[in-house]
Amino acid sequence: MINTDVLIIGAGPTGLFCAHQLGIIGLKCEIVDNLDKIGGQCIELYPDKPIYDIPAIPECTGEELTNNLIEQIKPFSFNFHLSDRVQEVKNENNKWFVKTLKGKEFLTPNIVIAGGVGSFEPRKFPTKNCEKFEENSVLYSVKDKTIFKDKKVVIFGGGDSALDWAIELSKNSNVTLIHRRDEFRGAPASVERIKQLQNEKKVELFTKYSIKDVKGNDNLESVEIKNEEGESKTIDADYVLGFFGLIMQLGPILEWGLNIEKKTIPVNTENFETNKKGIFAIGDICTYPGKLKLILSGFHEGALAARGCFKYARPNEKYRFEFTTTSKTVKGRIGVKE
Amino acid sequence: MAKIKYIEHSGKEHEVDVANGLSVMEGAVQNDIPGIDADCGGGMACATCHVYVKEEWFNKLPEKAIGEDDMLDQAYEPNSSSRLSCQITVSDELNGLVVHLPEKQI
Repeated sequence: MINTDVLIIGAGPTGLFCAHQLGIIGLKCEIVDNLDKIGGQCIELYPDKPIYDIPAIPECTGEELTNNLIEQIKPFSFNFHLSDRVQEVKNENNKWFVKTLKGKEFLTPNIVIAGGVGSFEPRKFPTKNCEKFEENSVLYSVKDKTIFKDKKVVIFGGGDSALDWAIELSKNSNVTLIHRRDEFRGAPASVERIKQLQNEKKVELFTKYSIKDVKGNDNLESVEIKNEEGESKTIDADYVLGFFGLIMQLGPILEWGLNIEKKTIPVNTENFETNKKGIFAIGDICTYPGKLKLILSGFHEGALAARGCFKYARPNEKYRFEFTTTSKTVKGRIGVKE
Repeated sequence: MAKIKYIEHSGKEHEVDVANGLSVMEGAVQNDIPGIDADCGGGMACATCHVYVKEEWFNKLPEKAIGEDDMLDQAYEPNSSSRLSCQITVSDELNGLVVHLPEKQI
């Protein structure tokens, strides 16, 4: 059990800057994120895309912004819990007991939800029968590539994950790659390599096809694919892999008793607290009159939510406003020597 | 201004006036038309404003943005008539446009 002042859900820019503000006012926090890296949408969706509306930064990429925010909170040495998701939140004697998917437990007076539009999950096949084989022979990620040795593997998708795995698995498996159109969005060199492997008959390639059904009783036996002209084909398969990118889902957040309006959480604009005492929501996931889904708004929301956390984390102390330019206490916290 | 008809997967129709310069996605969101999620808010960073446009209208639309097809790869059941509605800018020429909404976005 980890005791902390604040648990932040979401390591995107808003969550990171809120952590900074908590550090500045002398509070401790722990940060949980479903992704395997820090940065949220900035790093997952647009690491290379320039952003032009961060105050005082004329232009930066999602990755640069993330790196700078990480640098900014370094003095506080907060813990990150990545590739994990908060699953359960319940009230215990005026504190929040929090449990993650991986079984980590926290006890905290404050939770700040900076979850963007939810956690990233792989997009799954639309075919209902796929659920029956999920985690056994219908997969959306590869954890152990040795299971595919000498097997028939059918891979769907047109991005780098699909291409890279098709290339890698073609060494030891019988690989079929299927994509809905002729163009691939993966790296040109990988596309080139796939075409080469196709010529060498090491990868079978079907474009303009998508999944229609999967067949098999206890074990997966085959996958049926269709094109838009209505033709279908059946391909023998031991494994089916789908790489269609990530979707964002609110997931367990819906079950914590919070008010939800159109996939967002209403908050007050004084400290961004939700309808639950000690649970705050900031960034894209919160809503209030005039809400703008901008990173800069998330920064402001995080700064105020941090002050909101103070009264529950230090009920016997009075919060005192201080500037980073002048306060010795604050400078001490960020390790600046005078 | 253009009249745009959004047809849900169930067949339910919504016809609304959308101002020039807005996207077809914004027209749906501002009029509370269900079936378009637009999680990323129009940044072409997700595929949750996916619509189908039948042939008679498809070729009259502004061309697909660079990267739009890449995002559509990640949509729910995309096909050759798929578009991201955030990338279709409304103008007088689109008066009468009909878009069909997929069964779901995520």
